[in-house]
Amino acid sequence: MSDPARRAIEAVWRIEAPRLLAGLARHAGGIGPAEDLAQDALVAALEQWPREGIPANPGAWLAAVARRRAIDAARRRRVLERRAGELGRRLELDRPAQESAAPDGEPGEDLLALILLTCHPLLSVDARVALTLKLACGLSTEEIARALLAREPAIAQRIVRAKRTLAEAEVPFEVPPPGELGPRMASVLDVLYLLFNEGYAATAGEEWQRPELCHDALRLGRVLAELLPTDPEVHGLVALMEIQASRSSARGGPAGEPVLLLDQDRSRWDRLLIRRGLAALERARALGRGLGPYGLQAAIAACHARAATAADTDWLRIVALYDALSQIAPSPVVALNRAVAVAMAYGPAAALEIVDGLAREPALERYHLLPSVRGELLAQLGRSDAARAEFERAASLTRNERERALLLARAARAA
Amino acid sequence: MRFMMLMIPNIPAERDWMPSPEAVAGMMRYNEELTKAGVLLALDGLHPPDTGARVSYGESGVTVKDGPFAEAKEVIGGYWLIDVSSREEAVEWARRVPGAPGDVVEVRRVFEMSDFPEDVQAAAGDFEAP
Repeated sequence: MSDPARRAIEAVWRIEAPRLLAGLARHAGGIGPAEDLAQDALVAALEQWPREGIPANPGAWLAAVARRRAIDAARRRRVLERRAGELGRRLELDRPAQESAAPDGEPGEDLLALILLTCHPLLSVDARVALTLKLACGLSTEEIARALLAREPAIAQRIVRAKRTLAEAEVPFEVPPPGELGPRMASVLDVLYLLFNEGYAATAGEEWQRPELCHDALRLGRVLAELLPTDPEVHGLVALMEIQASRSSARGGPAGEPVLLLDQDRSRWDRLLIRRGLAALERARALGRGLGPYGLQAAIAACHARAATAADTDWLRIVALYDALSQIAPSPVVALNRAVAVAMAYGPAAALEIVDGLAREPALERYHLLPSVRGELLAQLGRSDAARAEFERAASLTRNERERALLLARAARAA
Repeated sequence: MRFMMLMIPNIPAERDWMPSPEAVAGMMRYNEELTKAGVLLALDGLHPPDTGARVSYGESGVTVKDGPFAEAKEVIGGYWLIDVSSREEAVEWARRVPGAPGDVVEVRRVFEMSDFPEDVQAAAGDFEAP
């Protein structure tokens, strides 16, 4: 098959796979069997479409093939079970047929059930990320390995294990009742934001940003916003990702080095994404139930997005939003970010007091931004030697090469 | 990556042409599909060219001509701006547009700042964003 034909089919796959899988999982008894059926349908497409052209409704075509395979499999199973049954009746091992009697779900509900499953709290965070990319974003194992800077066999194994864990625990394929949905959605949003951040500020490796991961996270976020239009935190997270993504071409200098928010050339910010982000934040607010942690972070990002220049930033409002965030989702990282805003609103001395109070936080012990912020405050207060030592310490803690170079340069400037 | 899908509809020449309710409903369904898939960034439909104007630039200056334009064969009727993973995916979305016979959708990739050489980026950077 020619390359263009294969790529065209892969593009269809990328669009259709999540919905196809979600629709099949309810009937086939879990995502494992659903994935096998979907793969069969993909193989059939790879055989037929290059000859006959892509059908007018490729999603329906794939679903029909997969369903046919499912019926064939059930028929074979029945034949086997009939034979086993003759034996089983003697051994009293007769079991009912395994076809699910579950009613047809809404396509949207099936997709939501799929995303909830791939982000299930039973799985490790790494497993959730890999499984979400595979099943909810339709990426191949090879693409996931490239995106996460991992080896393909390792990712394949992680996915197999995750599916086994879900199957062994007999996690049902369903959207839980409203009372149980909250914590499950929190896990989904956390996985999405982790994915986005891994692309936005790569924790390891030579590249500072991996835009395709941001794109996958943002896209799935936009899908979720349509699936759960009345959940303010979904809109809050989408707003946060849209606004952060709007800065991506301003965040890298000519040599690929990171450029900090206040030093960025704001004319390079993407106005379309900012508008979308502000609109998503408005949707979250309009639901009238207050903003959650993601909504508040989006509101902070929106303060930066609205400021025409760094000097126009409304730091008092940002401090107030950080205060609110510290109330509902206190964490040392939030406290550190709040300190940065306090420095801008009330000066470096007030901020240094907060940062010094965080020095004993075990969670921040290896966090390079703590010494980096402290270094900046010390430099502003004219304590150059102490500042340089902090920047050097920060450089020794980051695993990102680009960031390390930036911090070492900052240390040299502080001296 | 971003693509623009430019709709070049095959509409009759008469001035007060309006699409049928069925055609509009089909287009709304399509737009909803784009939104639900998380790929739609923006879209707009354009008034017909007879209410527009053409501004052309020549050796001796600028000429303004009001519509309608007898010579214009391919007229843009609207656009979608989509955010997708590949050119192939953009083409696949274009295939799904509920076009009428004779309609054409042109798929074009949107320039991003990083596609330009450094000197062009620098020149663009000298101006404040709107």
